[in-house]
Amino acid sequence: MKEIRIHGRGGQGSVVLAELIAMAAWNQGKFSQAFPYLGGGGERRGAPVQSFARISDKPIRLRCRVQTPDYVIVQDPALVELVDVTRGLKPNGLVLVNGAVVPAKLLNAGFRVYAVPASEMALKETGRGIPNTPMLGAFARVTGELSLDSVLAAVGQKFSGEIRRINEIAVTVGYNSAPGLGREGE
Amino acid sequence: MRPARVMYGSHAVAEAVAACRPGVIATYQISPQTHIVERLTYLRASGQLNSEIVRAESEHSAFSVALGASLAGVRAYTASASQGVLLATEVFYTMAGMRLPVVMTITNRTVSTPLSIQPDHQDSMAIRDAGLIQFYVESLEEAYATHIQAFRVAEDPDVLLPAMVCMDGWILTHCYEPIQVPTAEEVDSYLPPFRPVQSLDPDRPLSWGAFVDDDSYMEYRWSVVEAMERAKAKIREVSRDYAARFGRSYGELVEPYCAEDAEIVLVAMGSVAGTMKETVDALIARGRKVGLVRIRCFRPFPWEDIVSSAPRAKVFAVLDRSVSLGGQGQIAADLRGYLHGQKSPAVIGFIGGIGGRDISPKAVEDMVALTERFLDEGKIPPAPVPLGLKTEVSSNG
Repeated sequence: MKEIRIHGRGGQGSVVLAELIAMAAWNQGKFSQAFPYLGGGGERRGAPVQSFARISDKPIRLRCRVQTPDYVIVQDPALVELVDVTRGLKPNGLVLVNGAVVPAKLLNAGFRVYAVPASEMALKETGRGIPNTPMLGAFARVTGELSLDSVLAAVGQKFSGEIRRINEIAVTVGYNSAPGLGREGE
Repeated sequence: MRPARVMYGSHAVAEAVAACRPGVIATYQISPQTHIVERLTYLRASGQLNSEIVRAESEHSAFSVALGASLAGVRAYTASASQGVLLATEVFYTMAGMRLPVVMTITNRTVSTPLSIQPDHQDSMAIRDAGLIQFYVESLEEAYATHIQAFRVAEDPDVLLPAMVCMDGWILTHCYEPIQVPTAEEVDSYLPPFRPVQSLDPDRPLSWGAFVDDDSYMEYRWSVVEAMERAKAKIREVSRDYAARFGRSYGELVEPYCAEDAEIVLVAMGSVAGTMKETVDALIARGRKVGLVRIRCFRPFPWEDIVSSAPRAKVFAVLDRSVSLGGQGQIAADLRGYLHGQKSPAVIGFIGGIGGRDISPKAVEDMVALTERFLDEGKIPPAPVPLGLKTEVSSNG
């Protein structure tokens, strides 16, 4: 089983990102689960949120939060100063962080860290700076856990019309750019 | 059966309710329940549902609307959580006293104060004595199935009681996972239309909720006691029929897991049972005689099924996600009551997961280790044992 923890702020689409990971995993024949943790009263724009996803070859029975992730996705790099985003991350685990550069705090921490300027990509491709779908594309490419086809299928299941179209582009841009743009830390 | 697909918890419940074709759905939004009634309203607006939807101005009113609709002879549904459940308390007693088979979803959320939206079972536990059947589910697929089963049990002429399907807020209501559920036609074949024994009828006027004295109040109450007892057999039957028709089973009144040979038997309700199953597997692999009895139906209380599921139990290690302040955990208290006078098995009452405190496999292992220590020392604590209680708490957690 692979466990993913997403750190974001209300309004950045972290819950939808976990959902799309679960749907994409199911689309390629894996069992999956996703759910959020909305602390501090929850459901507020700008408030720190967490969401979780699990991918497994077997049905998933665990219902606890992801405490020892294989992968961490950070949708707002400023959260690195407020939240211990790598807490419990497995040795040699991977962090995907939104932004042009890897935050200093995440360098030399014993993890693989990639920066993806997802908000910038989203603003350019969709007209809105919601980083979740470029992050999803980059996650699929960098981790190899999800194929681009199953991710695009998930976007098609979730959205329709223009929202679907721009998010398909956003996913694809994130996917294609990931290896080239990823500035790997230690 | 429909092909398995990833569904959102609140939408799965809404679709299950829609498949039951209620005449009236009463709505009042409160987290983490809002997405259920929001989805039902969407299904109505998009022509996929024929129910009359009544937007109420409070939970007290929403449950009263469902009560009135049921009294008028139609299938009625509503949903709530937390403070909403507490506000509507008197309506639950009235529904049960009037023998109205309203089905409702409680998306378990803790109660104020302090104010919090995180899950535990203190809301539904507060009304456990009101005369409602109470189911607690572990997964989204079980939530779907249990709503359909709940209508069939509640509306049975031998039962005629309101029923509550409790699901952990956020953990289940806001979960996405693949589930497989029956088609609308299959639900129709499983759940017959509601045929009330009596209902409001202008041509045949009757009074409900009329005044009585000591001459007959006790008999009315005792009729609910007996209906609850009859509900046990009905729930077993309805659960078995669901499994036979659709090939999916979630247990009956209880769901035993590796309980047959277990000496330490965990007892719990709701989503935490899934984490416990994983932990039981890990402990068995290490040679421990551990099992689980998940309580699916808390009211009526299935003490016979708990005991018979675990014939080798030395101890029941109960996890309550609620606490009767000044008393103990409600599951532990009930089980102790029924086992009173027996030397074995013992009952240890743990309190955990309060206010959403996460229960990891490690926490479950701690619970088992503590249980082993109590057994070794021959000291079974009579008071509740907190699980994962911090010794210091900051305002930021």
